Amino acid sequence: MSYRVHVRVMPRQGILDPQGQAVEHALATLGFQEAAGVRVGRAIELTVDAGSREDAERRARAMCDKLLANPVTEDYLVSVEEG
Amino acid sequence: MLRVAVLRFPGSNSDVDAVRAAERAGADSYLVWHRDSDLRGADVVVIPGGFSYGDYLRAGAIARFSPVMQAVQRHAADGGAVLGICNGFQILCEAHLLPGQLLRNAQLTFLARPVEVRIERTDTPFTADYAEGERLRLPVAHGDGRYVASEDVLRELEAEGRVVMRYVTEEGASPNGSAHDIAGICNAERNVVGLMPHPERAFDPVLGNSDGLAFFTAPASRHATTGRS
Repeated sequence: MSYRVHVRVMPRQGILDPQGQAVEHALATLGFQEAAGVRVGRAIELTVDAGSREDAERRARAMCDKLLANPVTEDYLVSVEEG
Repeated sequence: MLRVAVLRFPGSNSDVDAVRAAERAGADSYLVWHRDSDLRGADVVVIPGGFSYGDYLRAGAIARFSPVMQAVQRHAADGGAVLGICNGFQILCEAHLLPGQLLRNAQLTFLARPVEVRIERTDTPFTADYAEGERLRLPVAHGDGRYVASEDVLRELEAEGRVVMRYVTEEGASPNGSAHDIAGICNAERNVVGLMPHPERAFDPVLGNSDGLAFFTAPASRHATTGRS
């Protein structure tokens, strides 16, 4: 069974995110003063062949722990859909 | 003669500089391609600067899985000396040979200029020829040089005297926003050292600066007197 995995990697709360700050300033300059708390992360999509949805998620989490995210500074979210 | 292996990844750009600096220090130095898993009897491994694998995903994240890094892990575990410079420091962090991580500079700009640094520890294979507290002027050239680690790790680094080099910040904040103004650290066994500044670009008066040469002469002179690096 094939599953589409969506991984969202974000800088951990409390760690300075200068990219997020720069984007926030740029938004303010464009007149979007209501934008606050901007943070910039990374989205990764992949297809995983697995026996079950749980299995696909377990494998995707292992990929995050080993490569896709750095546990020192980043948190990740994994979501899995069939297909 | 001391044998210094300098790794070359796709995207390395200070590899030949490092070979030349090691040669100037009297070592036998050569390049090792990242697909090789034989360090050819190296006493010292230098992981040079550059942008291995285009810094894809995170700086150093992909280079860590190159075959040569398995050999570097063994070399380090056996007590062999390893110096990671700039991207080499980032790779050592991703490979868990050093703690923490190097993130985007706080000011977001790529920094390419000389900075003033202070040698904090001389009990590593690479800083033994400096004096404690000695100030050097070394070039930096990085976009991801902001050292970040958990409070526990930072406490441990300070308590164990593992901050090898710090930015001198009398005129203001550290150039990249590094925690504790850290420019270089070592592992608990002190044989693995990572630095953001580039000593291999400052080893000859013709380059305008030879403050970095002692990073290469220190292991060479120790090898000449003790037979170890």
